[in-house]
Amino acid sequence: MDLRFRDAEPSAEERAAVDALLGPPPTGWEGGPRTEEDLRFAAGGHAARDRRDLLLPALHAVNDRVGWISEGALDYVCRRLTVPPAEAYGVATFYSLFSLKPRPARVLHVCTDLACQARGAGAVRRTVEETLGPPGMSWQPSPCLGLCERAPAALALEAGDPPKTAVHGPLAPDLTEREEPPAEHAVPQAGQAGLVLLRRVGAVDPASLDDYRAQGGYAALRHAFRLGPAGVIREVLDSGLVGRGGAAFPTGRKWEAAARQPDHPHYLVCNADESEPGTFKDRVIMEGDPYALVEAMTIAAYATGCRTGYLYIRGEYPRAVRRMSHAVAVARSRGLLGDDILGRGFAFDIEIRRGAGAYICGEETAIFNSIEGYRGEPRSKPPFPVEKGLFGKPTVVNNVETLVNVPPILLGGAPAYAATGAGGSTGTKLFCVSGAVARPGVYEVPFGATLRELLDLAGGASGTLRAVLLGGAAGSFVRPDELDVPLTFEGTRAIGATLGSGVVLALDESVDLAGILLRIAEFFRDESCGQCVPCRVGTVRQEEALHRLNRRPAPIDAAADLALLREVGRAMRDASICGLGQTAWNAVESAVDRLGVFSSPSPSSSREASPS
Amino acid sequence: MSTVPLQPPRRLIEITVDGEEVRVPEGATVLDACAAAGKDVPTLCYGDTLTPKNACRVCVVEVEGSRTLAPACSRRAEPGMAVGTATERARHSRKVVLELLASSTDLSTTPRAAEWIAEYGARPERFGPDAASVAQPPKVDNDLYVRDYAKCILCYKCVDACGDQWQNTFAIAVAGRGFDATISTEHDAPLTDSACVYCGNCVEVCPTGALSFKTEFDMRAAGEWDESRQSRTTTICSYCGVGCNLTLHVQDNRIVKVGSPHDNPVTHGNLCIKGRFGYQHVQNVPRAEPTVLSSADLLDPAGPAWGPSSASSAGGAAPSDG
Repeated sequence: MDLRFRDAEPSAEERAAVDALLGPPPTGWEGGPRTEEDLRFAAGGHAARDRRDLLLPALHAVNDRVGWISEGALDYVCRRLTVPPAEAYGVATFYSLFSLKPRPARVLHVCTDLACQARGAGAVRRTVEETLGPPGMSWQPSPCLGLCERAPAALALEAGDPPKTAVHGPLAPDLTEREEPPAEHAVPQAGQAGLVLLRRVGAVDPASLDDYRAQGGYAALRHAFRLGPAGVIREVLDSGLVGRGGAAFPTGRKWEAAARQPDHPHYLVCNADESEPGTFKDRVIMEGDPYALVEAMTIAAYATGCRTGYLYIRGEYPRAVRRMSHAVAVARSRGLLGDDILGRGFAFDIEIRRGAGAYICGEETAIFNSIEGYRGEPRSKPPFPVEKGLFGKPTVVNNVETLVNVPPILLGGAPAYAATGAGGSTGTKLFCVSGAVARPGVYEVPFGATLRELLDLAGGASGTLRAVLLGGAAGSFVRPDELDVPLTFEGTRAIGATLGSGVVLALDESVDLAGILLRIAEFFRDESCGQCVPCRVGTVRQEEALHRLNRRPAPIDAAADLALLREVGRAMRDASICGLGQTAWNAVESAVDRLGVFSSPSPSSSREASPS
Repeated sequence: MSTVPLQPPRRLIEITVDGEEVRVPEGATVLDACAAAGKDVPTLCYGDTLTPKNACRVCVVEVEGSRTLAPACSRRAEPGMAVGTATERARHSRKVVLELLASSTDLSTTPRAAEWIAEYGARPERFGPDAASVAQPPKVDNDLYVRDYAKCILCYKCVDACGDQWQNTFAIAVAGRGFDATISTEHDAPLTDSACVYCGNCVEVCPTGALSFKTEFDMRAAGEWDESRQSRTTTICSYCGVGCNLTLHVQDNRIVKVGSPHDNPVTHGNLCIKGRFGYQHVQNVPRAEPTVLSSADLLDPAGPAWGPSSASSAGGAAPSDG
């Protein structure tokens, strides 16, 4: 690889930001001052290239310090890491939190996504526009920020040394900052008996390892050491635990397959890139009970033979990143991570990586590319992650909620865990209830509770319920007469819906459903990585058709547009590479088929014309 | 003529394609099996010298027991696999993919695109006149090749050929995301400011004509490009001792494009700037007044031997395997 650069130089500040992460450049080849000695050898080869995975952290370093990434800064990062500038440019332009054009140090990211839209994000947007001018410079619309219980929300990111962040939720009309409420604010059930995953949120000091241990922390890891790796996998298998990220794959089978792989090293990846619109459960766990995730990752690594774990947290979760970084550092200093955990000779450490604004990086293989320093494009499967995952090695990738189920399984035993829930869905589940309910927040209920019970728990619908979106943008709508559906994987499947990542977004009559559909279509168009044709172009055509259907007066050839949506949706579902494209039509399809959106309403003539 | 290196014998596996049993070597793809069964599965992003990227999804087939359709180009054949190449589901997805591509991209120079559009009954115009497209002016920033990204289907083949699969130059990459993604140098700089070494290996693999020789681009613009009048001659590059095979495309006794056979064990279809673009000396028009002329030349009524009417200048380009 023969790198070629143009003449752009980094500013002193940009250089300092990168050097703070990577250390000073050892030679002139890597951007340091050139000396006679540099001419007597050439740097290169694998040693120079194997730090590619630091590309995203380095881009973050510049973006955090200066607010944007100049050509000189990008070139300097490339010199330091031996990355071709064209590739680094491709990576930097993939992630929406990075800017390659100058912009103000402080940018307000205003959520315009589903849960916020259901709670007046439109009006907020107009206020922001009046105060800060047109979007693009000091503010920009943002996909879901995972602050749905405090909708309408916004996130201010201010570059500097150190960079500052401020969470607005709900956004005040004068845009003034207020102190962020504690994590348990999002858990209306906090402190109640019977909680499993949320039992410590609000009760434990998230900064204190001692407090965590005093409340039963690290008992599960000790028990895991007694069981041995195979014993832990056996317990997880027997518990019936399935992945909580949306795909519901049996966790024990994944672990077993990874543990058996002869190729080494094995890697553990915890997927905390929680970006499904309406989802915020993983944020609440990481902010409210961070050591639980550290312990759970350690157990998973012990069972599957991993020495390194990556915790990939979405870039829009600054407080979760802070709390988890602190927890990992403290655990390391106390011998709960590192070369000899609890004196048992087991070595494991956690590295935290921040996402940079890309929903697709929550896809289980896109997350590998992102960690490795590439564009977050999904890989085609097979091979599956347990065979060839991160850095081409066997990898276990689990969602935050899935992992924090493991300590309770080990402590209470698999039979007790499997006794909770209904049918094949065992244990408890976190649901992110938002929209038109009295008390939005994260709720923990055993699988099998009905949707009605869950909504009642959240104080009931605040108006006349029109529909509930289950599973987020990739999920589907449920009618008010279907509220008795049991919230299990089988139960929702039986009515053609999905639990997905646990989103329960209640929409009342005041919400413009067609507008919500348009926002869903816009979301997928924005977040498609662009790799495969059905999704790259299909999501655009879906949005265009919805725009036409939304036009008033209603279009004459609405039937043609509905047929078009159906055909494109079917091809996206059948032929896309990954779950994003495969589910991009789900919600729209369910709104058309189950709620009858676009079927008859506005012009009275079409109602007469319809056979019913 | 190329030699085929001997490989250790591979076990044969049996799969069915459209109900017909086919035996293919272990490790073969579903596309290989389809070819063995004589099925014509369309492909766009597949390249015979590249690792399948399976981005275009036009080659999707139905694999029994699979939730989604599978890309034939990259899915490995497994024993007992039952593949349907022409099922309603597969044909539907292929039709829609063709509609999506043809409505957003200029496929006028994509071989077989029109034939497939007709075969699958695709109607790209159904998305209306306002359908978003990647239409843009071509990038002409050097004398050797043109990048007309209005024709780009983002198949990644040029990026792979420029990067670690062949050239290791990394002058281009995919930038941006989703529908706004493009093939780009760093900061969209002109090629002359980039790492490009003008090997033209990206042009060799481009399936749509988005990348083309400047000669071809100019001739198409002037309405002079006519493949039916072109001959192809494979010869050996005379620049160095490596021995790369060149395929010269000749129209009206002038070289208009240079490729290399993909099965050539020396090049695998790849060349360097000299082999690919360094052919002008063969057909330079002589100066108006030659400085040294022999008496024989002066007596010859047909003019000097290197004149444009002489066949000797492009003599190596006579049709042979055309």
